[in-house]
Amino acid sequence: MSRSPLESTPAAAQQPARPAATDCAHCKLPVPAALIRPEDEAQYCCPGCRTVAEAIQASGLSWYYQLVDQGEEAQPARTTGRDYAECDDPSFAEAHVRTTARGDLETVFYVEGVHCAACVWLVEKLPQVVPGVREARLDFGRRLVTVRWQEGVVNLSQIARALDRLGYPPHPVRLGSEQLLRREEERRQLIHIGVAGAIAGNVMLIAFALYGGWFHGMEEGFRAMFRWTSLGLALLAVIWPGRVFFRGAWGALRTRTAHMDLPIAIGLGAGLLGGAWNTVQGVGEVYFDSVTTLVFLLLVGRTLQERQQRKAFDAVAMLSALTPRTARRLEGATVREVPQAALRVGDRVEVRAGESVPADGRIVEGSADFDLALLTGESVPERRGVGELVHAGTVDRSDRVVVEIVQTGADTRVGQLMQLVEDHARRRAPLVRLADRLSGWFVAIVLVLAGINAWWWAMSDPGMALEHTVALLIVACPCALALATPLAVAAAIGQAATRGILVKGGEVLEQLAQPGLLLLDKTGTLTEGRMELQSWQGSDEARAAAVALESRSSHVLARAFVAGSAEGPMLSAEDVHETVGGGLSGRVAGRAVLVGSPSFLAEHGVRLDEVGTEAAQGLEQVLAAGRTPVGVALDGSWAGWAGFGDPLRADARASLDALRARGWQIGVLSGDHPRVVAALADPLGLDPAVCRGGMSPEDKLQYVEAAAREQRVVMVGDGVNDAAALAAARVGIAVHGGAEASLAAADAYLTEPGLAGLTRLFAGSRRTLGVIRRNLLLSLGYNTVGVSLAMAGLLHPVAAAILMPLSSLTVVSSSYRARPFPDA
Amino acid sequence: MNLLYLILPIALLIGAGFVVAFIWATRKGQFDDLETPAMRALFEDARRAEAAEDGTEKSA
Repeated sequence: MSRSPLESTPAAAQQPARPAATDCAHCKLPVPAALIRPEDEAQYCCPGCRTVAEAIQASGLSWYYQLVDQGEEAQPARTTGRDYAECDDPSFAEAHVRTTARGDLETVFYVEGVHCAACVWLVEKLPQVVPGVREARLDFGRRLVTVRWQEGVVNLSQIARALDRLGYPPHPVRLGSEQLLRREEERRQLIHIGVAGAIAGNVMLIAFALYGGWFHGMEEGFRAMFRWTSLGLALLAVIWPGRVFFRGAWGALRTRTAHMDLPIAIGLGAGLLGGAWNTVQGVGEVYFDSVTTLVFLLLVGRTLQERQQRKAFDAVAMLSALTPRTARRLEGATVREVPQAALRVGDRVEVRAGESVPADGRIVEGSADFDLALLTGESVPERRGVGELVHAGTVDRSDRVVVEIVQTGADTRVGQLMQLVEDHARRRAPLVRLADRLSGWFVAIVLVLAGINAWWWAMSDPGMALEHTVALLIVACPCALALATPLAVAAAIGQAATRGILVKGGEVLEQLAQPGLLLLDKTGTLTEGRMELQSWQGSDEARAAAVALESRSSHVLARAFVAGSAEGPMLSAEDVHETVGGGLSGRVAGRAVLVGSPSFLAEHGVRLDEVGTEAAQGLEQVLAAGRTPVGVALDGSWAGWAGFGDPLRADARASLDALRARGWQIGVLSGDHPRVVAALADPLGLDPAVCRGGMSPEDKLQYVEAAAREQRVVMVGDGVNDAAALAAARVGIAVHGGAEASLAAADAYLTEPGLAGLTRLFAGSRRTLGVIRRNLLLSLGYNTVGVSLAMAGLLHPVAAAILMPLSSLTVVSSSYRARPFPDA
Repeated sequence: MNLLYLILPIALLIGAGFVVAFIWATRKGQFDDLETPAMRALFEDARRAEAAEDGTEKSA
C-alpha cells in the first residue's frame, strides 16, 4: 500500500473538535479516566482496542471506521496475544487444513468478536494484511472464516496472529466429512422446497381455472388438459420432494411407532390416487392443489425447525471449540505450543496458573493447588507436588508446574468418562413427541371413520361411496396438525437462543414443560464455585497475624482469607515458611504464628483435641456448618478458627422456590464432601435426604439411571463428572462455564451463570407446550369440521380448498405470535 | 381459445426453466450464506474510495 499509517485517519477525523475526547477511538465506548493520555490524539478504552486500532492503521485499513455502523452495539476489541504456534504443527494441518483444487491450502476458523458489516470487510481484507493469503471469506451468521493461502509463502500461525491482532481471535474448526454432508443435505432440502413450491403454485393456478369451470362451465377438452397437467405435476411433487413423507411413514410402520408422517402419507396417497382415478375416468373431483400445497407447506415447516435446532447445535459446538486444545511442550530448553492431540506419553509439558492440565501426568517440577471440581465436584482445591498424579481437565490455580505425561487421549480419566457419555447417548431411547403420539390415534380414528363412511355411502348411494371417502381422507389430512409442532418449536428455540438459552431439540421443550425430579450439581450450579471466608472465631489479634502470614501465600484459601479480612492495617510477617498441603509458619510482631489445617497445627504441637475446650468446640462447629477449617495459633496455642466455603448463588433460593411451586422435586448430587452438601439443605429449603455428597461420576450415573426408571429426571450440571449423568437423564442441562464433555452430553445449555436461566427455560418450555397444544387443537378443530362435512356428503371441493390453507395459516400465525421466552 | 393448448405448455416450460436455474444456483452454494452478501454490498464505496486514492479509477 502506498499510504502511510501516519496519515490522518477517518477515526480521528470523525471527532475533530473534541480535545478531551473520552470515547474510545476504536469501539466508541467511554474511556475510563485512568486510561486517558492527554498527549495522544486518539484515546482507547482498553489495551485490546489500542492493539487492534494500531494493527488496522498499520495495514491501511482505516476505512473500517467509516463502515462501522454507529447504531450497532459497541463492543470493545479483544486480542489474546497468543503466538498460535500450534497451527504450524503437522498434526494440526492433518485435522484442519485441506488442499484446494488449485494447490492452495485452506482452513476454516471460528472467529470471536465479529459483530457488524465492518467486521466482514476487515476480515476479508486479510490478503492485504498478510502477503500470501489469497482470500478470506467470512460467513457472518456462523462466524466462520474460510482462509485460502499459498503454501510456503506464509504460515498458518502468521495468519492466525494477524486475525488475533485485528480483534478476531480465531479458533480451529474441524473439517470433517460431516460438515460437507450437512451442507449437501441443506442444499437438497432447499431444492425440494423450491420444486415443491413451484409445483404448488402452478397447480394452484390450474385449479383456479378448474374452479372457474365449476361455476361457469368449461369445454371438456380444456378440462381434461388441466386435469392431466395437474396430475403430472402432482405426481412429480409427491415422488420427488414428497417422498420423504412416505419414507418416514414406512419407517414408522416397520418399527411400529407412531409418527406424524403416517397420517400425512395416507392423506397424500389418497389425494393422489383418488385424483388420478377421477382424471382417468374423466368424472369427479381432483385434489392436486391440496396435495401439492400440503407437500410444500410441510417441507417449509420441517426445514424451519431443523435449521433452528441446528443453529443451537452449532452454537454449542462452537462453545466447545473455544476451549483451547493446546499444550506447552518442553523440548530441551525451549517451550513449544503444540495441539493436545500431539502429546505422547513421556512428554513434559508446562502448566501455568489458570490453565488446565492437558493430559494425565505426574508432576516432575514444582507444586500447585489443583481445582478438581470439573472432575470430582470437590470445591476445595488440593495441593499436588512432585511425584503426584494430576488428571487432564483439572485446573492449576496457583503456580507453574511441569508435568510428565503418563496417559493421553481416550486413556485419561476424562477420556474414560467421555466413553461413558457416548455409551449412554447411544442407548438412549428417543423421546416421543406429543404430535407423534397424537398421530397414532389420529390415523386410527380417520381410518375407522373412512370405513364407516364408505360402508354408509355404499348402502345408500354406491356411486358416490368412493368419491366421498376420498374427500374425507383428503380433508382429514393433518396439514395444520403436522405444522403445529415444528413451527412452535422453531419459534421457541430461536427466541430462547437470543436469551442465552441453547436448546438442542423440540422434545426437550416438551419434556421440561411438566414437572418431575430435578437433580442439581452443587459446585458452579448452586454455588459460585469459589472459596470465601465465611466465619471467624477468635481474637482480632490472631486474625491480623494470620492475614499478615497468609498474604505471603498463593494458596486459594490464603487468598480468600486476605480478601475476606480487608480492614485494618497490614502487619508484616518474617521467617515465613510454607508447608505444602499444610499451612504457614512465621513471626508477626514478635510472636510465633501458625496458620493451617487442623492436622498441621496438631503436628506443630498445638493442642486441639481436649474435649470441651473452645478449640475443640469451635472446630466442630466449623465442620458441622460444612466449611473447611483453617486454624490459627499464637506462640503454640490455639487462637482462632476460620471457616471457608463456596458461597451460594444469590438467586439460588428464589429460583428453587419458584420451581418447587411448579411441582418440581429437587435434589442435589455432588462430588463434594457429604457434610458440605448437607449444609446446603437448610438455606435452600431442601430435604437433607435428597442432598447427596461424596458421589463419584459413576455414582451419579447410577443414581440418575435408578431414578429415571421411576420418573422424569432432569439433571443440571457443569462438570466432566456430571456428563454421564446428563446423558442418562431424560433431559440434561449444562450451565455456564461447563466443561466440554458436559456440553456434548447435554440437551440444553444456559449461557448465563446462575439458576435464573433455568427457571426461564422451564417457563418457556411450558409456554411452548401451550402453543403446541393450542395449534393441535386448532388444526383438529378444522379437521373435525371438514370430516363431518365430508361424511355428510356436503364437502364442496371449493370449501375443502379454502379450509386447507386456512387451517395452516391459522397455525402459522399462532406460532409466530406467541412469545414463549419474553425479555427478562 | 385453442391457443390455451399452446400457452399452458409454454408457461410450464418457462416455470421449469426457473426451477432449473434455482436448482443450479443452490447446488453452486448461492444460498448457503444469506447474511454476509448483503453486507458486502456496503464495501463497494470502500473499494471505490481506495481506487480513487490510488489515482487509478477502476470500474468495479
